[in-house]
Amino acid sequence: MRKLLWILVALTGAFAVGGIALHRGETINAMWIVVAAVCVYAIGYRFYSAWVSAKVLSVDAGRATPALRLNNGRDFMPTHRWIVFGHHFAAIAGPGPLIGPTLAAQFGYLPGTLWILVGAVLGGCVQDMTILFLSTRRDGRSLGQMARDELGPVGGLAAIVGTLTIMIILIAVLGLVVVNAMKHSPWATATVFATIPIAVLIGLYLRNLRPGRVLEASLIGVALLLFAVVGGGWVDHHPTLRALFDLDSKPLAWFVIGYGFIAAVLPVWLLLAPRDYLSTFLKLGTILLLAIAVVIMRPEIKMPAVTPFIDGTGPIFGGALFPFVFITIACGAISGFHALVSSGTTPKLIGSETDARLIGYGSMMLESCVAIMAMIAATLLEPGVYFAINSGPGVVGASADAAVATISSWGFPVTAEQMHALAREMGESTLFARTGGAPSLAVGMASIFSSVFGQSLLALWYHFAIMFEAVFILTTLDAGTRVGRFMLQDALSHVWRPLGQTSWYPSVLITSGLVVAGWGYFLYIGVVDPNGGINILWPLFGIANQLLAGIALCVATGILVKHGKLRYAWVTGVPLVWIAVVCTWATWEKVVSTDVRVGFLAAAEQLAGKLASGALTPEQAAVAPQLIFNQRLDAALAMMLTAILWIVIADMLRVSWRVVKGLPVPPSSEAPAVALAELRS
Amino acid sequence: MKQRLRNLWSLLRALASDDSYERYLEHHGRAHAGVTPLSRREFYLGEQQRKWTGVSRCC
Repeated sequence: MRKLLWILVALTGAFAVGGIALHRGETINAMWIVVAAVCVYAIGYRFYSAWVSAKVLSVDAGRATPALRLNNGRDFMPTHRWIVFGHHFAAIAGPGPLIGPTLAAQFGYLPGTLWILVGAVLGGCVQDMTILFLSTRRDGRSLGQMARDELGPVGGLAAIVGTLTIMIILIAVLGLVVVNAMKHSPWATATVFATIPIAVLIGLYLRNLRPGRVLEASLIGVALLLFAVVGGGWVDHHPTLRALFDLDSKPLAWFVIGYGFIAAVLPVWLLLAPRDYLSTFLKLGTILLLAIAVVIMRPEIKMPAVTPFIDGTGPIFGGALFPFVFITIACGAISGFHALVSSGTTPKLIGSETDARLIGYGSMMLESCVAIMAMIAATLLEPGVYFAINSGPGVVGASADAAVATISSWGFPVTAEQMHALAREMGESTLFARTGGAPSLAVGMASIFSSVFGQSLLALWYHFAIMFEAVFILTTLDAGTRVGRFMLQDALSHVWRPLGQTSWYPSVLITSGLVVAGWGYFLYIGVVDPNGGINILWPLFGIANQLLAGIALCVATGILVKHGKLRYAWVTGVPLVWIAVVCTWATWEKVVSTDVRVGFLAAAEQLAGKLASGALTPEQAAVAPQLIFNQRLDAALAMMLTAILWIVIADMLRVSWRVVKGLPVPPSSEAPAVALAELRS
Repeated sequence: MKQRLRNLWSLLRALASDDSYERYLEHHGRAHAGVTPLSRREFYLGEQQRKWTGVSRCC
């Protein structure tokens, strides 16, 4: 009977995947994608994750986890697996899985969807579960420490450099997404600004009024945030206030940079912690609401399965389907960043080794599901509208008429009146060239929500979605700056010891300033770039994230080989090879391609040529030297990231080779086994 | 029914880590009986400091 049920699930899944892959009509219902996803996840979880857990990792239910052995009632504490699942999911799910699929929708709904499903089930979920398990066996040690212990100092150093780089680029690109969502939108700007005093208020409440009463404080905070969305609408209708919040992207970028610095040096309880509680609430609530709304509404997908832009001429980012769809969608398919969370707080809470499957594999499956919903929200828009919102003025033309003419000429009809009406419905002055993914996602979410929960509230839903994204982007921004600062302090303590003191204010100010300057630079360049900046920064972020995944998979593969599991090493080895090929290929194209929309160096050459021949307007000429330098810097950065990946791969292969040859290798850093029975007695 | 609601409530509290102080007290009473535990506020501030020292949020 059970078997029959699973055969049915497999057949339904195969039918749905076949349906979305072969469908060539005008539109396709989103339920096809939902059903395909659910079946793929069910099969992956029931069979593959169970097999990996039992055979490859040899999970031992009778072995005491660090939470049991080192229980201190605080960070080490055995916790129910569904609770840990909730915490872990809240930690890994950020804005990444919402933005990546939205951008990758320029290739059509099919390539991104397939990569999200296959990448998650065979790559991302396996990575998360394996690293979570390996870290649990090592008392919750971090990825960097495991790399150093198991492979050697080279791997450890590479992990640290990789983490710091990804942090800088991630924060810059997320900052750019927020800036693009707020520019010349008084409603969005006022709402996002209002979230800061609200967070501070909740912080004071949690510290002074009712210490640690997280639940009630969060409910009050979320109510205030919803009120801020409505309040933003009043600001938008008030002529004087409206002008005050109608800001250009440059001042907004400075605001984000200043905010990032202040937030990173303030005590955590004042701004970061309360904001995080609020953003977690909003995130889980909105994702749940979105899932319910998609199932109730069952929207039609209007984007074709595959667009002509798979040849690399896409307006949102340049580059062909292979390898760029795999770089653009990182979070949602495989995200190296998760390995940092999986080797941090979570392993210290796991009560039984068998829980690693639900928490590691299961959370990533849910995150992948979020990516699928983002893909649906992006592709249910009229394709012409989608491209008008997401294409930079440098690609389609600066005026509304030029943009609609260019986009319609690609076979995606859209009119200026249509865009104008849409903007009015959403309570915005314009939706043209709002690159970064957040506004188009917000339009998609608003149309889903409003069709289920009230058509008249379109503008409110739009700004709710913008606020929701901004709130947890800003959380990632100050949490990331802080992590970057700690890493920098740790590194600088080798140069001058006092700099390593995490509570010494001069050191805090200097290192925070350095980290903020790092991402602030990329953010600023992204803002002045006429092509929108996202097309440069997002691929760089994707490469960095995949590099981190590569390091995590190297650590996992190396440990499997060291534990005599050579014949199962392909479980992490195959995703590793895939990541290495994709990363290297993408870097190669980003560096040597002669297409100025793909190659960093070609773009720098072209701009330098124009500057020399005087073909630029004075404003363009003023920023050209910065842009040229930045393109060259980006090329160097991409090459450095890929070089790091190959160094770690070589190190892993060296260790594995020595294992096979019976030569000495660093000893296993696994904590000695303690049986559950022994602990209880 | 009442029991179910109570279970749901404690699940919600655990998910929001609203109950972490109670859990700390429970552990403290068992493991370090006789030693004065931290106050609710001290515990909350210490936990925040600890939580935000590592990577606890992702992209």
